[in-house]
Amino acid sequence: MLKKLFLTFAILFYGAAAFAQDLEALVAQLPGGSYDDRAAVVLEISQTGDERAFAVLEALKAGKLFFHKGEGIIVEVREIGDEDIAFNILDNTEIGAVGRRDAKKIKVNNGLRREISAALGTMYLQSTDPSVRLEAADAVFKSGDPTQLAALEAAILAETDNKVRTALTEARAVAILNDDADVSAKLAAIEVLRERGDRDAQGVLSKFITDPDLGEAVATVLAEIEQNQKLWGLVQNVWYGLSLGSVLLLAAIGLAITFGVMGVINMAHGELVMIGAYTTFAVQEFIRTSMPEYFDMSLLFAAPLAFLVAGSVGIGIERGVVRHLYGRPLETLLATWGISLILQQTVRSIFGPNNREVGNPDWMSGAFEIGAMNVTYSRMWILVFSLMVFTGLLLLLKRTSMGLRMRAVTQNRAMAADMGINTGWVDALTFGLGAGIAGLAGVALSQIDNVSPNLGQSYIVDSFMVVVFGGAGNLWGALAGAFSLGIANKFLEPFAGAVLAKILVLVFIILFIQKRPRGLFALKGRAVEN
Amino acid sequence: MFNRLIDRRMGIFLAGLFIITVAVPIGNLLIAGQPVPSYAVALLGKYLCYALLAVSLDLVWGFAGILSLGHGAFFALGGYAMGMHLMREIGTRGVYADPLLPDFMVFLNYDELPWFWLGFDNFLFASLMVMLIPGLLAFVFGWLAFRSRVTGVYLSIITQAMTYALMLAFFRNEMGLGGNNGLTDFKDLLGFNLQTDSTRAGLFVAAAIALAAGLLISKFITTSKLGKVLVGVRDAESRTRFIGYRVEGYKLFVFIVSAMMAGVAGAIYTPLVGIINPGEFSPANSIEIVIWVALGGRGTLVGAAIGAIIVALAKTLLTGWIPEIWLFALGGMFVLVTLYLPNGVLGAVENTIKKLKRKTEAPA
Repeated sequence: MLKKLFLTFAILFYGAAAFAQDLEALVAQLPGGSYDDRAAVVLEISQTGDERAFAVLEALKAGKLFFHKGEGIIVEVREIGDEDIAFNILDNTEIGAVGRRDAKKIKVNNGLRREISAALGTMYLQSTDPSVRLEAADAVFKSGDPTQLAALEAAILAETDNKVRTALTEARAVAILNDDADVSAKLAAIEVLRERGDRDAQGVLSKFITDPDLGEAVATVLAEIEQNQKLWGLVQNVWYGLSLGSVLLLAAIGLAITFGVMGVINMAHGELVMIGAYTTFAVQEFIRTSMPEYFDMSLLFAAPLAFLVAGSVGIGIERGVVRHLYGRPLETLLATWGISLILQQTVRSIFGPNNREVGNPDWMSGAFEIGAMNVTYSRMWILVFSLMVFTGLLLLLKRTSMGLRMRAVTQNRAMAADMGINTGWVDALTFGLGAGIAGLAGVALSQIDNVSPNLGQSYIVDSFMVVVFGGAGNLWGALAGAFSLGIANKFLEPFAGAVLAKILVLVFIILFIQKRPRGLFALKGRAVEN
Repeated sequence: MFNRLIDRRMGIFLAGLFIITVAVPIGNLLIAGQPVPSYAVALLGKYLCYALLAVSLDLVWGFAGILSLGHGAFFALGGYAMGMHLMREIGTRGVYADPLLPDFMVFLNYDELPWFWLGFDNFLFASLMVMLIPGLLAFVFGWLAFRSRVTGVYLSIITQAMTYALMLAFFRNEMGLGGNNGLTDFKDLLGFNLQTDSTRAGLFVAAAIALAAGLLISKFITTSKLGKVLVGVRDAESRTRFIGYRVEGYKLFVFIVSAMMAGVAGAIYTPLVGIINPGEFSPANSIEIVIWVALGGRGTLVGAAIGAIIVALAKTLLTGWIPEIWLFALGGMFVLVTLYLPNGVLGAVENTIKKLKRKTEAPA
């Protein structure tokens, strides 16, 4: 075993020494001979596989490689301040300042420079690191240097990574377009760029719009790309809108129960959301200190707990205050506002006034791409979560006996009581349900927003807008309201900016309420409320 | 007429107000040793502005049942209108010494004064705007809302949306109204230096007069025939409508008057505190006004003014004493007043007095 290890080391060491020998010998040959000889040496240098070869060739290409007469070695001369300082190109040690006469430049002409570029490109393209290869392919895509064609062909054949191969193929297409290849090859290249179909491809193609042979093909492809981009922009905006809508839905859906179903204006709703977020924080803190291996599951623990905590606070509010104020909506509004202040200050006293850090589990962080659209995991899961909560709530109200009681009490309290339903209890549970859902919203919001005592305040106006816009007393209204407001907001943003978009949406709602004072999905009836 | 306007409540309150209005400036300016410190004059002046704001809200909420959660917006607009005048008064004394543009505009590279700043160099024009701008907003908003019969909670929520939207708008630098810094660094008003005690005392007296006038105007409106219709609207809007009154007209009128009153309160407030910023538009501020009215006694006018002064005083004392406790106290006030003091402090006090009287009369 030990012997084997020793052997491996010996081989490695010998191998490294062998390269070094090669590179040093080759570099020493650079000053002599004709340009053609030098080109041959360059090719050999590029094939040594020695990491230092990159520096040698880059310096040679830039015309910074000199033969140092005093030392008898090859140096790179860098301009530092006003002085020219020589560095040994092989080990990067400083030799010292050089004058014009101390060093002789190793000359390159255009032909040689092309050879060097090609050799360098090949070296980068053959790097063992896929990310370097990808970068090299992108560099060629940007430069469109036709001298790299041969290297690209070789690299494409050798490539095993699909993503890199696509990048290489696209780079080749750009190189072909810049080369004097025949028209059919160029048309094929345009096809490749059409597949890519992004802003970069558009940039490359737009240079060839005046080409007599290609102009027509380029124009059609460009139009297609443009349309595609517009479409993706639209899709991206819809996505952002849905994402904002899902947040609004989560914040508003609990309100749709308390306000919509029960007719109680709960101004402390935002604070119940905040309590949910702080529950998440507390759960994460606990997990972090006592069982860090479960951190990725922290949200799964936090969600039911947040529901329970916020729900019990909600029931407490209902039993303690709201119960005494049924039928007096404006008074309820004031009392619950007072409760919201108390809750805010309580949390501020316990957790401090600053933002608390709530971490994203692994499955919530990062992003992926669909076409030209960027989707973050956290936003996607929140959308899924909000729809799950919505569906769950809908099922609860429509399919369970608890839901039946709730609907009975809200429709006709007296008759429900006559049927033996304990209306006080149902009120408390309904209110608790709305509060618990606010807690769930807090779990989701903790992933994308700052967890601070002011968290609730920033959502309360928005969530009321959603309920009022959608129409109180209807969960579907909240759904439609949340998503339409979210999407409207995001579509206005590019034209008006984020703040103005929000203002415009608010103004729109104010005007909309004039037309439909009971919201989008108003409950139909002929009663005159007073 | 006199009896109609000045009942016992109003009489006692106005007498008290008069005594304070005379005593405070004398204590501050004339008596050696300043028994009333200068900061207290500004503070009391601020309370009186709040009181006027509370009266304006009581006029719509207490008598017409319109719970506006956006009255802070009218107050702030009045404040901004006066602030714009004060900015123009600074002239070349700003940091950048631009004769025309206020400092923040120079800072933001404005080339010329935006059109809506024109005319504000004139005090009369500015004073007119103090009432016209809130009035106009109230007209547009009220006309839309009342005509389509948006009432109750829905109305409250959209008034909140209104002040929220205005807050967002005023936070923008592009509004040309100082962005989130608002308007500040005022120098003088009508040639009187705002930093001197005498100017401050003058503003205090102005606030007191405005409050008295606001109370009397509100009293006049609410005791008129129109006021009786308003109470009808408050208690049974549909019934009033079916009897044949055009409810929206009455509501709109009182809403506009109230907004103008709030604007005046803001206009006196701004030079007193020396700054007006978009924070004044925040929905929380507007809701706080409601608790002033509720605490003092909704529908009593005088009670609203007293409520504003009590809450503002409590805020000053508590935030200076134990800052953490203030929100608990304010929140508790909201809850307790709605639960246990439906008629507010004034109602409770008057009830107690009545009971005491009955007790003393009974044995005789």
